[in-house]
Amino acid sequence: MADKSLPSFQGTQEQEQKLLEVIEKNKDLPGALLPVLHEAQEIYGYLPIEVQQMVADGLNISLSEVYGVATFYTRFSLTPKGKHQISVCLGTACYVKGSDKVLEEVEKMLGIKSGECTPDGLFSIDSCRCVGACGLAPVMMIDEEVYGKLTPAEVHKILARYMEREGGSV
Amino acid sequence: METVHLKINNIPVEVPKGYTILQAAKEANIEIPTLCYLKDINCIGACRVCMVEAKNRRGLLAACVYPAEEGLEVFTNTPAVIKSRKTTVELLLSTHKKKCLSCVRNNNCELQKLAVELGVDEDKFKGEEPRFEIDDLSPYIVRDNNKCVNCMRCVAACKNVQSISVIGGIDRGFNAHIGSAFDKSLDQAPCVGCGQCVVSCPVGALTEKPQDQQVWDAIADPSKHVLFFTAPSIKATLGEAFGMPIGTNVEGKMAAAIKRLGTNVKAFNMDFTADLTIIEEANELVERIKNGGTLPMFTSCCPGWVKFVEHYYPEFLPNLSTCKSPQAMFGAVLKGYYCQKNSIDPKDVFVVSVIPCTAKKFEATRPQLRSDENYDDVDVALTTRELARMIKRAGLEFADLPDEDFDAPFNKATGGGVIFGATGGVLEAALRTAARILDGDFKKIDFEEVRGPEAIREVTYEVAGVTINVAVTSGLGNARKLLEKIKSGEANYNMVEIMACPGGCINGGGQPYRTDSVSNFVDYKALRSKALYDQDKACEFRVCDDSPVIKMIYDEFFEAPGKEKAHHYLHTSYVARDKYYK
Repeated sequence: MADKSLPSFQGTQEQEQKLLEVIEKNKDLPGALLPVLHEAQEIYGYLPIEVQQMVADGLNISLSEVYGVATFYTRFSLTPKGKHQISVCLGTACYVKGSDKVLEEVEKMLGIKSGECTPDGLFSIDSCRCVGACGLAPVMMIDEEVYGKLTPAEVHKILARYMEREGGSV
Repeated sequence: METVHLKINNIPVEVPKGYTILQAAKEANIEIPTLCYLKDINCIGACRVCMVEAKNRRGLLAACVYPAEEGLEVFTNTPAVIKSRKTTVELLLSTHKKKCLSCVRNNNCELQKLAVELGVDEDKFKGEEPRFEIDDLSPYIVRDNNKCVNCMRCVAACKNVQSISVIGGIDRGFNAHIGSAFDKSLDQAPCVGCGQCVVSCPVGALTEKPQDQQVWDAIADPSKHVLFFTAPSIKATLGEAFGMPIGTNVEGKMAAAIKRLGTNVKAFNMDFTADLTIIEEANELVERIKNGGTLPMFTSCCPGWVKFVEHYYPEFLPNLSTCKSPQAMFGAVLKGYYCQKNSIDPKDVFVVSVIPCTAKKFEATRPQLRSDENYDDVDVALTTRELARMIKRAGLEFADLPDEDFDAPFNKATGGGVIFGATGGVLEAALRTAARILDGDFKKIDFEEVRGPEAIREVTYEVAGVTINVAVTSGLGNARKLLEKIKSGEANYNMVEIMACPGGCINGGGQPYRTDSVSNFVDYKALRSKALYDQDKACEFRVCDDSPVIKMIYDEFFEAPGKEKAHHYLHTSYVARDKYYK
């Protein structure tokens, strides 16, 4: 029940206007919630409580129903994506080669869990299933860059470079 | 009526078209076990416990939702059926927190009952457990999802019956669980505390916030005066916790039992402050009608309803009667009048209300209700279930106790106070008194038009040339419909009674757990209400004004209804709350 630390909501007037239009367009259709959430995520990049409340208000349904749908489908994200999006492959090949240790190291260094974003908005972590580079297992991607044959020590070095470049310390 | 003919285990039955296999089997005296099914509330065929076999049908059928069809031949006890049910329950138990011995649902748990009946191996499958944090932050309800079977009954009660939907299904697969939006504690959510989720829960995942230990501690402290009072509906339900038939009025045994809990304990009758509420409320109504006050006036004795208005319809706050609820009035009377009269320091008094309701636990903590800013007027609010637990722990043979009176001076009440526990009762009691204020010779006592099971009852009365339009409903889904009618101008009333729980307090969230068999096949609300209406009919006094205790308290303390002292002790105010947060 502990509140996760999230960067504060930075929605603009323009985004809100767009969302209200989407709601208006869909609100009388049966099953409006799913398409509205899809577009809301397009507009904001994720579905924070502020956005889900606007959807609940607009469609006249309860927040818990909106939240239930938003957490049921894995394509919806409750957390913003960071400037650098880290994706650790947990596909079969990577997993048997120890990608769980890779993910653990990333989580430890950034102090967040998979699916979350650092409070400064710089890094977010996700896990994925196979990026088509099984020969390099275990693999992680940072933005468009692929890093293979990783060990926790290797991960530490790579991530430290990104962090230093962003002006932080490890 | 169109009927269909079918066979259940070779027994021919004829049932109305539209019946389910479950209902049809009941006609043949066969009860098919269920878990997620709750009549009229949750009919989703999800848990797969009620599976049956039928001739010429592929696979097994969920009896709770499958319609009884002409010519259908159903078998409820084949090896395939039993194996399926057994495996389903064994899988549920794989992640279930099996702390049955210390669970408040021990011996009245639907899952436990199924496990015993099916002869399961509780360790057949080993799953991860515990998986969820317990939410015990609210002052009224505790949720332990480690005991939850995801039957969705609580979610359905909150959404379909109460129209609040403050809880719902979250996440999927192994992580699926029930909770509030963004996994906030119930304490941080716009929950009204009615407890309909608790009485819908088949297992120990939802319970009231237990406070009985605090009461035992007070009883063990010889410097404390422990003053109990019991709400009107408790006498009609407490017996169920001791195996007595539904609708048994146990007022005398209940008073006897409470007095036997300790030598420093007194048992008072809250029907008295129900009377007191009516005196203040009827006067308030007549004032509002005469002086152009805000109408319709809404009753304010139900704390779930009050919090519902605060969260979801704050524009109607001026319509709520400013009268405190009977619970709050009694607290004020005890810490005000009673302490003064008996020269007791209010700090040495421990006030325990016994109420049918989890929302009253929240109400007891409302700062607006303090008649002295230094302490709460009611120290602990116990549900009917908690009182039953105390009586059991004290080793009292409840059914064999003698019938005794409540303690003086708060021992007498009128029939008007008694019927507070059933939907329509508050309005009927108010009408008895208001009619008399308007016309001293008014004779009608039974306002039967406002009783009964219809969702919304609307009646117009003419008294001494004054037209009084009233409406009654219970269940917050119905309340929402009524409020929308008032908002749109479609309806125009003088007074409206609303109770958060369907049927009123006799069906409150703090009442004894019903077995599914009772919930699904017995009109328990009618039986419990009847106990109250029967008592009302037999009462020496039936109009609240006639109570000798009421006369005494106004003579000795409050002077007259609505006067300064009465206002200080017996009236309150409300706050607008957010619709998304606490």
